[in-house]
Amino acid sequence: MNSANEQRLFRGTAAEADLLISNVHVIDPRAKIDGRHDVAVVDGQLTELAPPGTLTAGPEAEKIDGGGRHLFPAFVDPHVHLRTPGHEHKEDIETGTRSAAAGGFCAVLAMPNTDPVVDSSSVLRSLRDAARREARVPVGFLASITVGLEGAQLTAMAELRAAGAAGFTDDGMPVADAGMLRKALQYQRMSGGVLALHEEDPSLSAGGVMNEGAVSALLGVSGIPSISESTFVARDAAIAGYEGGAVHMQHLSCVASVEAIRAAKALGYNVTAEVSPHHLCFTEEEVRTLDTRMKMNPPLRTELDRQALIAGLLDGTIDCIATDHAPHSAHEKEVPFEQAPMGTTGLESSFAACYTELVRSGLMSLEMLLEKMTCGGAIFGLSIPQITIGESANIVLVDLEQEWQVGADGYESRSENCAFGGRMLYGRVLLTVADGAVAYRQRSFAISAAPQLDEAAQ
Amino acid sequence: MSNLLSIEDLERVDIERICARAGAFSENQRREIKKVPALRGRTVLNLFYEASTRTRSSFELAAKRLSADVVNFTASGSSTEKGESLKDTVLTLSAHRPDAIVIRCPWAGAPALLAQWTDAAIVNAGDGKHEHPTQALLDIYTLGRRLGSLDGAKIWIVGDVLHSRVARSNILGFQRMGAKVTVAGPPTLLPRGIEQLGVDVRYSLDELGEADVVYALRMQNERMQQAYLPSLREYASLFQIDQRRLGPRALLMHPGPVNRGVELSDEVVDCPQSLILEQVAAGVVVRMAVLFELLATARAFDPVNEHQPA
Repeated sequence: MNSANEQRLFRGTAAEADLLISNVHVIDPRAKIDGRHDVAVVDGQLTELAPPGTLTAGPEAEKIDGGGRHLFPAFVDPHVHLRTPGHEHKEDIETGTRSAAAGGFCAVLAMPNTDPVVDSSSVLRSLRDAARREARVPVGFLASITVGLEGAQLTAMAELRAAGAAGFTDDGMPVADAGMLRKALQYQRMSGGVLALHEEDPSLSAGGVMNEGAVSALLGVSGIPSISESTFVARDAAIAGYEGGAVHMQHLSCVASVEAIRAAKALGYNVTAEVSPHHLCFTEEEVRTLDTRMKMNPPLRTELDRQALIAGLLDGTIDCIATDHAPHSAHEKEVPFEQAPMGTTGLESSFAACYTELVRSGLMSLEMLLEKMTCGGAIFGLSIPQITIGESANIVLVDLEQEWQVGADGYESRSENCAFGGRMLYGRVLLTVADGAVAYRQRSFAISAAPQLDEAAQ
Repeated sequence: MSNLLSIEDLERVDIERICARAGAFSENQRREIKKVPALRGRTVLNLFYEASTRTRSSFELAAKRLSADVVNFTASGSSTEKGESLKDTVLTLSAHRPDAIVIRCPWAGAPALLAQWTDAAIVNAGDGKHEHPTQALLDIYTLGRRLGSLDGAKIWIVGDVLHSRVARSNILGFQRMGAKVTVAGPPTLLPRGIEQLGVDVRYSLDELGEADVVYALRMQNERMQQAYLPSLREYASLFQIDQRRLGPRALLMHPGPVNRGVELSDEVVDCPQSLILEQVAAGVVVRMAVLFELLATARAFDPVNEHQPA
């Protein structure tokens, strides 16, 4: 782990992995690796990459047949909700990071819209302590920009940064007051820490529950117009440019937002952006049945918007994919659409959804998807997982040909409100190693792998 | 048909069958004894989360004239105020084994949820701003009696389409019966994307003369506070249906209750072109037809065997 990771990511103690993955197709676009290898992990470190059939395992090592499977650098999600403290009935650090591991993630960044809000170093320290006990994969915490997410008073950003805040965000709420955002950006020059922005003009979105358009007109539910997001993206990019600050635009959803980011980047502003798997895969058409799993903020928009988001990823306007994993318990979502809380879980289906919808359909290369799913932490100064000899192992073993139904075997998350629930997707995560420790083994894979230990011993 | 959740779910033949049966029931309504034993022993539960005198009494009368037992469950003062969820309320009420639940509530799509939670037949009596299918059926029935057929009829729906479940159901219902629908009103009260439902959109009543039917919607006072309109006076001056604007042969409809002097001028409410009271009368027979459609089995009394689906 690099020093930034050490100061900003926290994990429970876990046994260091000893693995020999044989004959596996390793792909790491940044390390320019694409081919079959035997891969050895000893004491949690990636020690060797060798031609297939050439490595023999030590007595302690678990032997895994990688034949027909792929090994990638594990993913990083810069936008998840672990709901702790205060909403542990939806998720906690243990279940949330287990869910992350099941999705192939080796690090996640948690949002501060909890109860209490992460707006003081005491709350942040208690979260760090909890993560050191419970977290399956390293987890970092963003603190809020304003006290209580109320948009009225800046948090002690310098103190929070010193206490380990990975960045700052009022996610779930916009920083509606432009003057407040400007002050936060001025303060950022001293405190550091990227500001992650949930862009939504409340005067345009108030009361809305889905995208404003033909479907909302048919259903008679209040719409959230795309301009509520795009005008704030443009406004805040301009403020960041003026102040020379670093901002990260969360969960883009529409054409005009992508264009605003493209323009800001062309001007050389320090602006980054993310997009979620559900906005890349779904449109407002999914809301026709008023399925509350399809209710999230920003809402699913039109096919034109979806195409613009994909194009934005392809041309680099959008830097990374982030799930916005937003768990809600069953009784909270089992209500009429207008009453349901916003949000879908996404950690466990993220790779498979993007692989199926973007890569298998020919829109994007597998290499680019891997880049977009691993670089999210780098925006906040974390290192990018890479298949590098001598480094702590952050790897994910995937069966790209395995088709599976999301949710059929349940979820590792405490909540089941997954927009992809019930869908058949390609690409199953079999094994995740996060910071040198095995964080996840897919159940049927773990069982099937067991006899191979015997065979190897014979 | 096991539920009536939306007009969107109905085919033209379904609507025609319901209207035909309503026509047969209307014969009974002229007799001294209006009750028929079609649903004797059946229980209809009216679950109302919003104040509604007209729709609820219309459903209650319809059920009673079919000899069904009726239970009214009004949300105010009941368990919902103690924080019980809609699902728990419905599961609790379902334990009494009603044959049908008629629900009126402020949430779009709630009737469809109920249909997943209970075996009782669900009738949507208005869900949020989404749909009000029995209103559309009774309006189609009323118009059908006057016009014979809605095919090719030009129907203008005027007013606050944005907040109107009646508008949404009627656009879909009138179109399914072959009518050509135009919506007119101030742009702040017409939902973005409404033209994709296949309606013409107008911001004035200049061409209202072409309409065979003018359907005025209720204008609510609170729209002023929410800045949808500068004033009721301005709305009335631009969109009030009065004798001058209403074509000489056009029929006038309104879902009630009417704000006289706002969306309709005093004189047109009571003019011979107005179908407003016929709509109210149609409400009972059409709702009888809907309950009959959902609940009557082969054993039950059927006043119009010839209209039974094959």
